[in-house]
Amino acid sequence: MKKKVVVGMSGGVDSSVAAWLLQEQGYEVIGVTMQIWQEEDSCVSTENGGCCGLSAVEDARRVAGLLGIPYYVMNFKKEFRAQVMDYFVRAYQEGRTPNPCIACNRYVKWESLLRRSLEIGADYIATGHYARIGRTREGRYAVCNSVTAAKDQTYALYSLTQEQLAHTLMPVGAYTKEEIRAIAARIGLAVADKPDSQEICFIPDHDYGRFIEADSGKKSEPGNFVTMDGRVLGRHKGIIHYTVGQRKGLGLAMGRPVFVTQIRPQTNEVVIGEAQDVWADRLECGNLNFMAFADLEQPRRVLAKIRYSHAGAPATIRRIAADRIICEFDEPVRAVTPGQAAVFYDEEGRVACGGEILN
Amino acid sequence: MSNKVIYLDNAATTRVRREVAEAMLPYFTEEYGNASAIYSLAGGAKEALQNGRDIMAGLLGCAGNEIYFTGCGSESDNWALKAAAEAYRAKGNHIITTKIEHHAVLHTCQWLEKQGVEVTYLDVDEQGLVRLEQLKAAIRPTTILISVMFANNEIGTMEPIREIGALAREHGILFHTDAVQAFGQVPIDVDELNIDMLSASAHKLNGPKGVGLLYIRKGVKIRSFMHGGAQERKRRAGTENIPGIVGFGEAAKIAAATMQERAAKETKLRDYLIERVLTEIPYSRLNGCRTKRLPGNANFSFQFVEGESMLIMLDMAGICASSGSACTSGSLDPSHVLLAIGLPHEIAHGSLRLTLSHETTREEIDYTVEQIKEIVAKLRDMSPLYEDFIKGGQERQGGKKNVQ
Repeated sequence: MKKKVVVGMSGGVDSSVAAWLLQEQGYEVIGVTMQIWQEEDSCVSTENGGCCGLSAVEDARRVAGLLGIPYYVMNFKKEFRAQVMDYFVRAYQEGRTPNPCIACNRYVKWESLLRRSLEIGADYIATGHYARIGRTREGRYAVCNSVTAAKDQTYALYSLTQEQLAHTLMPVGAYTKEEIRAIAARIGLAVADKPDSQEICFIPDHDYGRFIEADSGKKSEPGNFVTMDGRVLGRHKGIIHYTVGQRKGLGLAMGRPVFVTQIRPQTNEVVIGEAQDVWADRLECGNLNFMAFADLEQPRRVLAKIRYSHAGAPATIRRIAADRIICEFDEPVRAVTPGQAAVFYDEEGRVACGGEILN
Repeated sequence: MSNKVIYLDNAATTRVRREVAEAMLPYFTEEYGNASAIYSLAGGAKEALQNGRDIMAGLLGCAGNEIYFTGCGSESDNWALKAAAEAYRAKGNHIITTKIEHHAVLHTCQWLEKQGVEVTYLDVDEQGLVRLEQLKAAIRPTTILISVMFANNEIGTMEPIREIGALAREHGILFHTDAVQAFGQVPIDVDELNIDMLSASAHKLNGPKGVGLLYIRKGVKIRSFMHGGAQERKRRAGTENIPGIVGFGEAAKIAAATMQERAAKETKLRDYLIERVLTEIPYSRLNGCRTKRLPGNANFSFQFVEGESMLIMLDMAGICASSGSACTSGSLDPSHVLLAIGLPHEIAHGSLRLTLSHETTREEIDYTVEQIKEIVAKLRDMSPLYEDFIKGGQERQGGKKNVQ
């Protein structure tokens, strides 16, 4: 019997061609678009809904019709609310800078979609990532960028479990973007090239502070800007408005550039420092997930990425507790930000392991 | 059997009867005149329009000039509520409705609230029935309109329309009912039931999509909603949808003629379906009222089951069903109706609506029940909640044994 695969479809080129490729490879393909946050009333704001807007549903449905595959919309609003939006608000209130895409991938796009897909009889889920899922010599699954990926496709996937990866296919990872476009043109997919937004999909106006306050119904309390040794420099608007490394919008006239170096939720303080204070030569992370590495019994050399846009820095990682890794960089890195993920890559460019930055 | 589609979503829409489609056809290519025109070519259209009105009037027990054709049931609901709020502003600004209305009523009421109208949304009991004493208590001197649906689209519960109508009449309050699900399925006499306004739609009774009606009792001060030409006695501008109205008329005529026989057949099949599901599938329940119920409606909840997965698997088995009302995109939110009758979120999520038609057969019901049994068992098999529940039950039993 044919293996069944559920393809997460956005209506864009990549996931559409992914569905076609899997069909060609002999799978029984089912198209699914995940509905994650749109309220009925705000369905109009689809221009930013790269992955989940109503236009995504319409486009994906058209593609599914063209390919002749069954297509469904699955509602994951409840999961998205609990695992992504609530987490996002909580993290900011606790002085961290969250990465909601990572939470969405792990808990919604993978955990929930995979569970529902298995429920309806599928063997796999598939996506349009330009990434590959490789096997290590020990037989572990790990993601790495496809050779030609223009943008990093792996950082936000570091927290996928072995079980999830075992049921995941990324068929476009074997091609270049140009090849995928050529296939789309050849099979007559008139699909828009959707920009995958790097902003946060559920905050279309990008005003995080306003969103957090409106969503939680709590105004963020103003407090003091302080120096590392406790000197008060001025008043801040509330800790949710700041992130480590931030220079702009502080409203401090110091006569030289100053930066946020730390956020202290307990005392409601934002710590301000000089340019050199933003650099760190180590970090600690928790909420670990192991991918290519089964474990970390010995210190290992890795390339460490501390945010999505970070190119990566050579480092050594050591495990210091069951759920705690210390990462020591060869050269200091700028703005280690609690709440963001530290993702460690092995020498073959595969995700080895990663965790949430604690400090 | 599996290559044939079994259509059990007749509350969403119905198949147009062949006779209805045939009756409509000449009005596209032969009698295509504009009913407002003077020349004789338009005569057929004019006649058809009057004929359509008379059929509806016959069904509702009213006069032909109290029938206004609209574009759909939602338009009728919008018109009734918005225009009443406007026309009776001098008298008051309070409307009473229920929490289980169709969104065409609920969202209109929410919009009216933004315009300064006060709206009371009545609770319903666990069967979905409005409590008359609550309705009575909600009436204020400023109440201008009561809007309660004739029968609910999700759980099929038929509301005590006669009693509500009497109450409204007694207090001199207008009474509107959204009868989109009930019209053509059960007898409705607007005089007997004291209904002042009533919404209906053709596509729920094997007529075409795109045509509805609003009955407005003579003397009710409702002004036009759509401005433009003088159609529908200046109250609803827009060239009449003559083929649609002809189809609506034909469908309503057949619905009236076959009502008793259809209701008897559908009720019997529905009861058979309910009986089988409730006895053969554990942890299942029927939503809505067992007796005061539309003939073709069955609505179940299955504990530990995700409704969306169930619908997808039924679709794969060739069965069209639904679960409450679908959102724009076709994905599901927990139904406001099921929440209003007191179901917790997780059970409301695991609900299934099957709505029969005169074409539904016992063989189809048997196949459907078998499929549901299989699907529910499979989904429960994979549900961690169900696993915990079963384990918990065994532990509880084990505990008891130990005590003994």
